[in-house]
Amino acid sequence: MRYLSPHTINEAVAALADSDGDVKILAGGTDLLVQLRAGMKAPGLMLDVKRLPELRSINVEKNCFHIGAAVSGAEMGEHESLKGSWPGVVEAMELIGSTQIQGRATPGGNLCNASPAADSVPAMVAAGAICTVVGSEGSRDLAVEDVGISPGQTSLGRDEFVVDFRLPERPPHSGDAYLRFIPRTEMDIAVVGAGVNVVLGDDGVCVDARVSLGAVAPRVLLVPDAANELIGRKLNDEVLEKLDAACRAACRPIDDKRGTVEYRTQVSGVLARRAAVIAFERAGEK
Amino acid sequence: MVKTHVNMTVNGEAVEFLCETKATLLDVLRDELDLTGSKEGCSSGDCGACSVILDDRLVCACLVLGAEADGGNVETIEGMADADQLHPLQQKFLEEAALQCGICTPGFLVAAKALLERNSNPTETEVRYWLAGNLCRCTGYDKIVRAVMDTAEEMKGVSK
Repeated sequence: MRYLSPHTINEAVAALADSDGDVKILAGGTDLLVQLRAGMKAPGLMLDVKRLPELRSINVEKNCFHIGAAVSGAEMGEHESLKGSWPGVVEAMELIGSTQIQGRATPGGNLCNASPAADSVPAMVAAGAICTVVGSEGSRDLAVEDVGISPGQTSLGRDEFVVDFRLPERPPHSGDAYLRFIPRTEMDIAVVGAGVNVVLGDDGVCVDARVSLGAVAPRVLLVPDAANELIGRKLNDEVLEKLDAACRAACRPIDDKRGTVEYRTQVSGVLARRAAVIAFERAGEK
Repeated sequence: MVKTHVNMTVNGEAVEFLCETKATLLDVLRDELDLTGSKEGCSSGDCGACSVILDDRLVCACLVLGAEADGGNVETIEGMADADQLHPLQQKFLEEAALQCGICTPGFLVAAKALLERNSNPTETEVRYWLAGNLCRCTGYDKIVRAVMDTAEEMKGVSK
């Protein structure tokens, strides 16, 4: 197994193209190094992307945040203006693992590890984040919800990797939230995760919304039916009940040691309600 | 076997070695540099026994490749005391018996030091959350948390 840490995207793309697919992209390594040690992965090349400057910074361009794919959770949590504009995205990333894991774990790794229970992904999907993906054919945009397709599998080509996440411009009265359910208070894998992002009009009526669920299907779900229950309405019990029902209807979970199908389905609705209440509150304050 | 040439600083000293790709920073510290204070517990980032500070970030040395640490600045438990002068956290852990078997202790000390450098006056909740990635099967955590709180209190008194 070789190790390479290129300093330019072109070098990284060339190394990927030369590798015949026998390569793993190394970002924070908090999943990959565990899989390596367990013998689940044995690539010929470890391609470390943490020395690529484009992947290592958080910038604002044309009023939009760009989050490098290999920025750590701790760096996102320390970025006050990102946290101010996108508290749900930042909180979701910060829910991953311990202080030690936060020092390494990255949103790009969380996305491309392609776990349906990845915490940052529903929040990114709800936010409407777009990934910049590079490969031999050049660069392309890919919506976050289109990256993970099944557990451990992404839609990326063998010579492609994620450079950054671009969050949309934030209009006034917008807010997001992510909640996950775990049976303890810290350091566990989501039984269900729910991300809600809303934009309100001056009158408090929701003009735009996105709702996303994690750990209730083989991939993180964007749930337009749930968002449609919010759009055009103010938040009240009836709207929350419809949101809850739309989320439950979208679930296709598995039974496992962390939760049954029935349990996950019910919790998805409850979490979506609670996340919606927080997102509306945050939007109302801005 | 393809090896990577690595330069890094460990506890203020420059070191240089050849590293197999699969060797973790923990493997390098323990087997290459004979710094065996950092312990191998789970090797999966769950227990925190291998906690070190890499470029001012608390990390699990088992979840960093040696090769990734090239150019990095690493602080381990071996660098915590100043010669014979224990760090206040070490002293307080001894005084308050915040350890039993000792395997988790280096990780707790390094993690607690990283906390106090960021937040000199943490609440108990903040201490418990910060140290949630360090597991101890002996103490029940109370004595560790108390020792960290008491150290913070003492260090505040000193710096006044």
